[in-house]
Amino acid sequence: MLELIDICFTRDHKKILDHVSLQLEKEKFYAITGPNGSGKSTLAKIIMGIERPDSGRILLDGVDITEKTIDERARLGFGFAFQQPVCFKGITVYDLLKIATGKEIDKKEACSILSKVGLCALDYIDREVNNSLSGGELKRTEIATVLAREPKLAIFDEPEAGIDLWSFRSLNRVFQQLGRSNSGITLVISHQERILNIADTIILMEEGHITKMDTRENMVSCIFQEVKCCSGGEMNG
Amino acid sequence: MDKVEKNLLNEVLNHDSIEQADAYNIRANGHLQKRKENPYIHIRSKKDGTGIDIEVLPDTLFGIIDIPVIITESGLTDIVYNDFYIGKNANVTIVAGCGIHNHAEKQSQHNGIHRFFLEENAKVRYIERHYAEGKGEGKKVLNPTTEISMKKGSYLMMDTIQLKGVDESIRITKANVEDGATLVINEKILTNNHQTATTDFQVTLGGGNASCHVVSRSVAKDDSYQEFSSNIIGKDLCYGHVECDAIIQENGRVKAIPEIDAQSVDANLIHEATIGKIAGSQLMKLMSLGLSEKEAENAIITGFLK
Ligand SMILES: Nc1ncnc2c1ncn2[C@@H]1O[C@H](COP(=O)(O)OP(=O)(O)OP(=O)(O)O)[C@@H](O)[C@H]1O
Ligand SMILES: [Mg+2]
Repeated sequence: MLELIDICFTRDHKKILDHVSLQLEKEKFYAITGPNGSGKSTLAKIIMGIERPDSGRILLDGVDITEKTIDERARLGFGFAFQQPVCFKGITVYDLLKIATGKEIDKKEACSILSKVGLCALDYIDREVNNSLSGGELKRTEIATVLAREPKLAIFDEPEAGIDLWSFRSLNRVFQQLGRSNSGITLVISHQERILNIADTIILMEEGHITKMDTRENMVSCIFQEVKCCSGGEMNG
Repeated sequence: MDKVEKNLLNEVLNHDSIEQADAYNIRANGHLQKRKENPYIHIRSKKDGTGIDIEVLPDTLFGIIDIPVIITESGLTDIVYNDFYIGKNANVTIVAGCGIHNHAEKQSQHNGIHRFFLEENAKVRYIERHYAEGKGEGKKVLNPTTEISMKKGSYLMMDTIQLKGVDESIRITKANVEDGATLVINEKILTNNHQTATTDFQVTLGGGNASCHVVSRSVAKDDSYQEFSSNIIGKDLCYGHVECDAIIQENGRVKAIPEIDAQSVDANLIHEATIGKIAGSQLMKLMSLGLSEKEAENAIITGFLK
């Protein structure tokens, strides 16, 4: 179980996360949704260790990991797919997958990882991870690096952004299987109904707070009703 | 050839055996050590003994020519003038460069002045590697000068690589590119400790549709210093692109001096320069894949200089 206790994060006099507490259980699929700027990515980065909270604690199975660095958390089984994939100079898709698996995998193994995200592998494997890849290709490469690690806690920040409908469906299947196959936690930040519909639990963030968290059944109807009655609800942040 | 010499040769040539080359010329401590020619590739010592002339006959296809220089004598200053004449339609790969092993106190230096004359439609891939080693106090200095003259429709791609051990270097490259000819230069330099490296490109795009692409990637670590200057002159309809991209670490310093001079309204010249430390997001991404900060830095630099 992963526990966040009373996390605060303030920058430029703005309370980006305001006393956030959260418990995530094993073998569950969580979706975080909420308006732009509500603090979803910041929360995910704090879990991964990319940002440090000003106060509050993070516990993994009861052990305090608040002070652990990014790589220490990676070695504990945390994985994080960035909302904006990072570009490199001279590092290829294959290089990145080798780093991700921590092994000298051969091209065949690398291809089988890429095929999970629907990339026709041999065309991509030797490409540099830079802006010469299309937005969707970059995004899928980013997701593949996280899948390659078979993480115990997998966080995906808006994984579907820029991904076509066809790939989307198989990607959803991958997310669903991930937590079950290694009894881990899957946490996906998304605005997409299609993702919310496969989550066990949906978390709604607004202005640095978790305002609602409940089972999909209880949440979906109420979220989409709200958006309908106050049109442009996504823009409020 | 002893072990030290063999190792230097490997560092410069980066392939298994010099015997695979179609022609070669090994210069060791200022003297000819071994040479091989073939019917299409002639190598002759200059009469005054200052260097060699390499002549590739027209229409020669896929020749590989190795021109390594090695220095193991501390205190030696070796100056050499090599001229390459590449005939019409010939297509060759030339691997040159210098390896210095300096185990003592005196300075070892090599100044290689290479001139290339490419006839119409000649194609050359030129790889130049510089490497130095040795625990002695004596400085290892390498100053390569390359002068390139390119006739109509010719193509030259030059990779220049200096990643280890060279204390001081001044690298000068001058080129005159005629109608429809293309010059591509990829430079990779890594300096550390108190090393200094200076690079200067002067390219004149003289004829219609001449083009030139220079990409310089460098890493300056510790207290090292690098200077990059380039001047591209466009005299006609032409395309010139210079990209200088540097990573600095610790107290490393890099200075980039761009100059582009469009002397014709049809000239299209671009200069880009970026200097900075490794992007935080790159480190974080690799650390999130399980690398330590140090390992992540190394992976980023290795990729950058690949
Ligand atoms: N380091 C920082 N310094 C200043 N402001 C920050 C910093 N990090 C985040 N913010 C701000 O905090 C707010 C929340 O950002 P965050 O990226 O977490 O939002 P989000 O919910 O993921 O939004 P989106 O749906 O657009 O991705 C935004 O207003 C953002 O500008
Ligand atoms: Mg976000």
